Amino acid sequence: MFAYIIRRVWQMIPTLLGVMLLVFVLFNLFGGDPTIRMAGKGINKEKIAQIKSQLGLDQSYPVQFGRFAQQVVTFDFGRSWSTNEPVSKILKREIPVSLTLMLQVWIYEAIIAVTIGMAVAYRRGTLTDRAIMMICTAAMSISFLLYIVVGQYVFSSVLGWFQPLGWSSDDFWLNIRKYAPLPVMLTLMVSVTPALRLYRSFIVEETNHDYVRTARAKGASERRVMFVHVLRNAAVPIITNMALELPSLFVSAFLVEFVFSIPGVGREIITAGINSDFPVIKAITVYTAILTMVVNLVVDLLYKWLDPRVELK
Amino acid sequence: MTDIIAAAPASTSARSTSYWRAAWKRLVSSKLALACMAVLACYFLMAAAAALGMVGADWNTEVGVSFANPSFAPDLDNPQAKNSLVEGQQLVVDPETAVLDPLTPYNAEVDKRMAQYGEKTVKLKTVLPLGGDKWGRSILTKVIKGGEISIFVGVAAALLATMIGTVLGAFSGYFGGKIGDLLEWFYNVFTSMPYILLVIAFATVFRHGVTTVILVLAFTGWTSVYRLIRAEYIKQRGRDYIQAANAIGASNFRMMFAHILPNVSHLILVQVSQLVVDFIKSEVVLSFLGFGVPTDSVSWGIMINEVLVELVLGKWWQLLTVAVVMSTFVVAFGLFTDLLRDALDPKASRR
Repeated sequence: MFAYIIRRVWQMIPTLLGVMLLVFVLFNLFGGDPTIRMAGKGINKEKIAQIKSQLGLDQSYPVQFGRFAQQVVTFDFGRSWSTNEPVSKILKREIPVSLTLMLQVWIYEAIIAVTIGMAVAYRRGTLTDRAIMMICTAAMSISFLLYIVVGQYVFSSVLGWFQPLGWSSDDFWLNIRKYAPLPVMLTLMVSVTPALRLYRSFIVEETNHDYVRTARAKGASERRVMFVHVLRNAAVPIITNMALELPSLFVSAFLVEFVFSIPGVGREIITAGINSDFPVIKAITVYTAILTMVVNLVVDLLYKWLDPRVELK
Repeated sequence: MTDIIAAAPASTSARSTSYWRAAWKRLVSSKLALACMAVLACYFLMAAAAALGMVGADWNTEVGVSFANPSFAPDLDNPQAKNSLVEGQQLVVDPETAVLDPLTPYNAEVDKRMAQYGEKTVKLKTVLPLGGDKWGRSILTKVIKGGEISIFVGVAAALLATMIGTVLGAFSGYFGGKIGDLLEWFYNVFTSMPYILLVIAFATVFRHGVTTVILVLAFTGWTSVYRLIRAEYIKQRGRDYIQAANAIGASNFRMMFAHILPNVSHLILVQVSQLVVDFIKSEVVLSFLGFGVPTDSVSWGIMINEVLVELVLGKWWQLLTVAVVMSTFVVAFGLFTDLLRDALDPKASRR
């Protein structure tokens, strides 16, 4: 087990180096020279040279890459090019905001998708099942953007049920009560359907196994068969899938955060993109990649823990 | 299957139904697939007509008043209309000031030259078929022209991404070994961050322009094709027909692209179809955020971007139009892709 973890961590290094190389090539080679834009008014040669040496742009590419690697390891990406605020401070402020939204989405999504998934898997092949699956396909096709824009207009401007936008910087409960419900609801409308389809297929697959027939034959109630026997086995892929969704929780809210003016990581990516604020984008990209790799490892271990038959290679 | 059996006795020399013909028959046997294809054909014809300049070429001209009402709701209050109805005013210069004006000696010349050009008064309409936007442009024309760009970007990016994914997947699956490891590493790098983050990172660096959007989407979206094609090539590599081809001395290149490729082409077709839907949706999001198509052209994403400001003024018809037009297209395309997958790969769908 321990050897397995060591080997997996060891295997992450080339991938991480690749991600860093990709980010470096993208921003340092193709990104263009930021100095003139950063120098602002009253450009002169000394000022440009000073900024260049401050950013390390006067060095050769290998030295610059070394500097970048150092930034990744020390969690210090310097300051934002547009606000001059330390990148780590920006992220520290914004990650909790994104999590306030997305953890709710994550939990509600699982509850709703598993409940409906169980219900339709039990009635599989019937009209209800086929109708719900058809609606899911259609709902999945429609762009997320339309849900947000239409939802914001209908629920806040026309019906007046929710705040159209806003976020409180210090009052957690106010956010939960007043500002989060509509964004969470709209995100759920989009994210539930693919999860529902997936979970339904997991549950249907389990109900086809022999042990289900055996359980029914020995006289277990339908409730016991579905909730104790089937759900327990279907829980393994469901939990795995939920864990795999974790890294994207931070960034997948970008459209919601942008439209509802919520100061989270997702919106930061967009504003940083618009302002060509490379340090911020670089930091978010590299750390999301690291998080993804770590989560993938944790998921494999979790899988082994949930289902001891699984062999870790 | 039944009609193959039925057709066989009629003539013993008749060729058996080819794979593609059988798949086509399976596809058109579904009424839903026919309906989807009819919808998609309308959209593609419209896009082609717009590309040839037959419709929508004048999307950027002012044909109505600002926020002209849609013809299905012609009586809505429109206070913004008066912004477009400003009359040109004649500037009267009194003789005392005229003396001071250094241009006075040339006035006669200017008037003479101006008279050479005719003056045309455009009657701005107060009601347009699907309404107008802030600059009095017809939303109907905009949605057609925008559709052309969105569909073109989606299709072009899907073809390019499939090409990249197929070639890399073929090399990785066929050769394996060092080349395979290298390409696997490349794949791992691209998939180790959320897709949208990758797209925005690329779009930040290479910004603006239709070509750029196509390249960005293709360079970030090839991974799913790669995964699939690689697995297929690993499977096909060991088959008898490849050993036979090898025995008669076919080159690697020939075996990869003349022998194996036709056997996986049905999977590639499904992937293209899937990617077109995904990329059109990505293009809309990118253009909405300002990373996509430049704002002096029009696409569905740019229209949705304009909608945010309009909704504050209570002008909902541009949103309605673009929502209905876009959703119809992507839902039809999504359902069509599912049915195409069922028709081309009946074994997979039976699972």
